[in-house]
Amino acid sequence: MIELLKVLLAGVPQTVAITTSAFAVGAVLGLPLSMLRRSSLGPPRWCAASMVDVVRTVPPIVWLFIIYYGVGSGSLQLSTYQAATVGLGLVAAAHLSEIYRAGLEAVPAGQWEAVRALGVPPLPTYSRVILPQAMIVVVPPMASFAIALLKDSAVASVIGATDIAYRAVQQTQMDLNGLANFGMAGFLYILLSIPIAVVARGADRILMRKLTGA
Amino acid sequence: MTWIDEWWTLFPSFLTGLLVSLELTVSALAVGLPLGILLALGSIVPQPYVRWPVIVIVEIGRGAPGLIVLYLVYFGLPQFNLTLSSFVSATIALGFTAGAYTAEIFRAGINAVPSGQREASRALGLGWVKELRLVILPQAVKVVIPPLVGFGILLFQGTSLAFVISVPELLSIAYNNASITYQFFGSLTLAGAMYAAVSIVAVSLLKLRRPNKAKAATNLSAVH
Repeated sequence: MIELLKVLLAGVPQTVAITTSAFAVGAVLGLPLSMLRRSSLGPPRWCAASMVDVVRTVPPIVWLFIIYYGVGSGSLQLSTYQAATVGLGLVAAAHLSEIYRAGLEAVPAGQWEAVRALGVPPLPTYSRVILPQAMIVVVPPMASFAIALLKDSAVASVIGATDIAYRAVQQTQMDLNGLANFGMAGFLYILLSIPIAVVARGADRILMRKLTGA
Repeated sequence: MTWIDEWWTLFPSFLTGLLVSLELTVSALAVGLPLGILLALGSIVPQPYVRWPVIVIVEIGRGAPGLIVLYLVYFGLPQFNLTLSSFVSATIALGFTAGAYTAEIFRAGINAVPSGQREASRALGLGWVKELRLVILPQAVKVVIPPLVGFGILLFQGTSLAFVISVPELLSIAYNNASITYQFFGSLTLAGAMYAAVSIVAVSLLKLRRPNKAKAATNLSAVH
């Protein structure tokens, strides 16, 4: 039992690394994507919308394969970790851009009008007025998505990233004790999702306090 | 041009893979939907010794990665002298995950029925079963259908995980083809395009139907 735990724990850093870097890629790329999605011009908006749709309707494992075997086998050599970050980062960008968009849309139109009427410059418009209100809406779904991404990161084991799932597969090939190995692996993934939920709840509370000024 | 040619020649053999993916989606739903209803009912019964274990099962099903559940069924069940084909293993694993996810959808649907409806059926002296069958479930169904279709689309994408236990579904066909011809990019992008096409068609069908559903939902709240 302790031996098994040691084997699987060795995969935790890779799982955490893939999840956080894919989330970071998605959080950054999602921003311009969500802005294009809200553009008043038709073509950029349609482009962004169809990109989001296509990325979200192709399974993550297929993205990893396209990037690792399809793109990465040519002149561009990617490590399993890099391919997983790019592939899952792409998926994350599509999902997060939709979450951002929902957050921006949740800010009442009167807030935008008031800012314009007061002649507030663009930067404080976002930093002091719009974003603090949008953040409250955005944090809970972002946390749920982070947990979903943590679970999806297990598919990186299929292209050979040495994460928790990969270690469990290897261990099973040696001792054929799939029940214990994958049971424990599943338990570890659930355990890893708990801190995300806790951090999200804390962030939510802080944001709420800032917004209400209490 | 070569790309289009390649896609064109691969397409017929990929269709058989797509068919297996769709079969797997349907069979996992055939397991998952009844299981989801049972788990949803189990999670709202008043008896805590039923409710808590059911909630734990649902949370495990939703919290563990689908891939891990798939491996667990495929490599774990033989330890009970239960050796199943890869298709049946995938059906059980995806069916269990589907049950856990749809349980939450069903529970939300049941909770969306206004409490006045419950009180009225209790006042009329309907038993627990009749209250559920005649009053609650018919109203819950309306709320539940759009998210269920959405989940069905996610499940269809999730069938690609069955690649790892070599179910001959779309991704397996694409990968096997690519490992013979070395045309990884063309082969895998065609598979991706086919997943996207099926999902996008399903999503737009859902959007076409949605105005009616939204109306049904507002009618429901108007009753309240």
